[in-house]
Amino acid sequence: MAKSYSRRNFLKVSALSGGGMLISFNLLQLSAGAQPADSEPFAPNAYIKISADGSIVLMAPNPEIGQGVKTSLPLIIAEELEVNWQTIQVELAPLHSAMGRQTAGGSGSVRGRYTELRTIGATAREMLVAAAAQTWSVPVTECAAANGEVTHTPTGKKLSYGALAATAATMPVPAKPALKDPTTFKLIGTRITDVDAKKIVTGQPLFGIDTRKEGMLFAMVSRPPAYGKTLGKVDDTAALKVQGVKKVVQIENAVAVLATSTWAAKKGRDALVVQWNDKEKLENTAAHFDSFKKLLDKPSATPPARNDGNVEAAAQQAVKVLDVYYEMPALSHGQMEPLNFYANVQNDKAALYGPTQVPASVRSEVAKKLGIAEADITIASPRQGGGFGRKLMTDNGVEAALISAAAKCPVQVQWTREDDMQNDFYRPAEMWRYRAALSATELLSWHQSGIGIGRGVRGDSYIAGSIANYRAEGQGFASNTPTGWWRAPGANTLAFAAESFMDEICVALKKDPVAFRLAILQQAKQQPVGKLSYDPDKYKSVIDLVVNMSNWNSKKPGIFKGFSTWYSFGSYVAQVVEVQLVKGQPKIVKVYCAVNCGRVINLSGAENQVQGSIVDGIGHAMYPKVTFVNGAVQETNFHAYKMLRMKDAPMDIEVGFVPSEEPPTGLGEPALPPIAAALANALFAATGKRIRKMPFAEQMG
Amino acid sequence: MPELSLTVNGKKIQIDVDPSTPVLWVLRDHLNLVGTKFGCGMAQCGACTILLDNVAVRSCMLPVSAVGQRAITSIEGLSANGDHPVQEAWVEQDVAQCGYCQTGQMMSAVALLRRTPNPTDAQIDAAMSGNICRCGTYLRIRKAIHTAAKKQRTI
Ligand code: FES
Ligand code: FES
Repeated sequence: MAKSYSRRNFLKVSALSGGGMLISFNLLQLSAGAQPADSEPFAPNAYIKISADGSIVLMAPNPEIGQGVKTSLPLIIAEELEVNWQTIQVELAPLHSAMGRQTAGGSGSVRGRYTELRTIGATAREMLVAAAAQTWSVPVTECAAANGEVTHTPTGKKLSYGALAATAATMPVPAKPALKDPTTFKLIGTRITDVDAKKIVTGQPLFGIDTRKEGMLFAMVSRPPAYGKTLGKVDDTAALKVQGVKKVVQIENAVAVLATSTWAAKKGRDALVVQWNDKEKLENTAAHFDSFKKLLDKPSATPPARNDGNVEAAAQQAVKVLDVYYEMPALSHGQMEPLNFYANVQNDKAALYGPTQVPASVRSEVAKKLGIAEADITIASPRQGGGFGRKLMTDNGVEAALISAAAKCPVQVQWTREDDMQNDFYRPAEMWRYRAALSATELLSWHQSGIGIGRGVRGDSYIAGSIANYRAEGQGFASNTPTGWWRAPGANTLAFAAESFMDEICVALKKDPVAFRLAILQQAKQQPVGKLSYDPDKYKSVIDLVVNMSNWNSKKPGIFKGFSTWYSFGSYVAQVVEVQLVKGQPKIVKVYCAVNCGRVINLSGAENQVQGSIVDGIGHAMYPKVTFVNGAVQETNFHAYKMLRMKDAPMDIEVGFVPSEEPPTGLGEPALPPIAAALANALFAATGKRIRKMPFAEQMG
Repeated sequence: MPELSLTVNGKKIQIDVDPSTPVLWVLRDHLNLVGTKFGCGMAQCGACTILLDNVAVRSCMLPVSAVGQRAITSIEGLSANGDHPVQEAWVEQDVAQCGYCQTGQMMSAVALLRRTPNPTDAQIDAAMSGNICRCGTYLRIRKAIHTAAKKQRTI
């Protein structure tokens, strides 16, 4: 029986709220049509709901893609709210205007929300304390909140949050709630298990692919088999004969088959006879790289992004010049959950549910395409089987909405791995030319010039600002093969080239890679040349830590070391990779990683992110690539698109965090960029072979 | 369509289904057991791993008609309350990031521990290399398997 919702018990907290940040909203308004439990919820804002029975629900406002924010964001609220973490429930919030920036990207969820969520928790806590003080007719200063209850300190009297909820809802909203002194934190900085851990290990329906709703059909879509092709004639006779197939609809440049099961939809899709016409040029990866090389051998077509001193003049003074090229292939996102999305478009309304890092963008595009008001579109996302930037694009959600509108029924669109591989927004293929002029003992100039598919390349190494002669150029290369954001975009390729090249310079000058970098940072700190886009002391903090952790300065027999360091998304990372030669083949024995990311919120989650980024970075440096032949991706599934497997993962990754009192910075990405160079540098130490091209495995022979 | 009889998680069932349907989709779409995941559909990633009797099998390429008398165990059938040693070890080690690959990882681990109750790192690597984790949780998976092995010994 559905629980009835008692109007009498509804507390219009929102009517009492007198401003203050985000304190103007009652959670119950979120789910119009939903039937709330018959309790007396105290919902001071969209993030917190405390019911009379003592149950406490905290909302996780940002999409969970494996970066841990369904745990870490509510954890921040819980810290200030003073509740027992074991007893609270967490839900992922649907898209709602009361929830701020609901995006997963740029390692921004925690760093963007830290103070906001603390304030939200503190606001509710102060209202609960005020409610207790009023109930007991004692001064607020005699009351303290902890563990989901308020205690009257002099007498030891206690009231639970549940018992206080009704009164708390009538308290004025504090304009400036007092945040806790961080030295009294009980949760932040400790090891907290993922809130969904139990559900994950018991196989509960958590993900988009698990969506099952009344009346829905499963759909598979036939999309262009190559970039540059468009939809021609469609013969769906055979498809419609497949048992279970109900409908075939055309949308834009694709055909969808709807059926009563995923397998029937796939069989139907495979039975379609579709003619694809060549519309644009069908492109080839080999030609892309040929063009890159030619363009890099000419003066840059675009003006330098930064140009200090005169690199040409410096080259005249040189005893030695380094001039080398680095190559990175296109990559697919390869998130483990193939794309999918649920849509129900009916009567000028749409309900959307599925994996996205940008629910607001999906909604606005669906609104535009279908001519539906944004207010008539609801959208929420479940836990997601990886993101890595793929779902910053809106195509999977928009496509599902178009199919539902055309088929006039609710639909769950499921992609296959092959669909994912051919219809991605790839990490762009790039080529970089690095030049340096050296005297017998010094680096005189640094000149980096890059080119990449699409928007092109940009960014500096930290050497910018510490050297008199520096130039950075980047250009884009027009192509109909689509590109997008891929974990640590820009940084993941730039750091490989820049930190490998730094190692090449150290080898040429016979300098210790760590000492050389510390000297650069020292120079940048004391006599910066032009603008400095980082904090040299923070760089130094991670280098010092990793040197200590790894005993950098002591030799270990049979162990070859590589070093690299990089700053991205507000965080500083330094890494040491140790490699051994087993029967002539290099094997990664251990990775040391030092991180300065401000205050760590959830130590278990943070360590997992860092280790995962390292494994991910090693895997993508070593094995996969995407190759276009006549616009078609050759690596159609994981048999050809090689992902790192357990046997190739490091045996140990030691992670150290620099203790910090500063607000948290990004952590979903920053440990990835430096690892490829740290590995390449270790491989050079072990084998004497400099690897300048990804995937490394092809170079290692 | 012919009726097929299957044993799924200890229960005998009859099912009317296209016999070419892979066990993966029978579990997910027909029996509503969605813990078994789809990742590649060509036995490359291990997301769909189940047990056939005591052997780990990729269910995405196994037509339901080929199961015969063998008993199917999916993640939902490991334990009634989520307290199988492997499940407990996975929670204890806080293994998951996105979590999507983990049910497949765990089924591979269960099969390994049934054959080899006390596996070495090398045996773990060999048994688990059919399972991909894009999030890179391999180190915690190794640890969790050792933890589960210890738990099994004390049962
Ligand atoms: S889905 Fe079966 S192995 Fe990948
Ligand atoms: S936890 Fe995300 S793929 Fe393994």
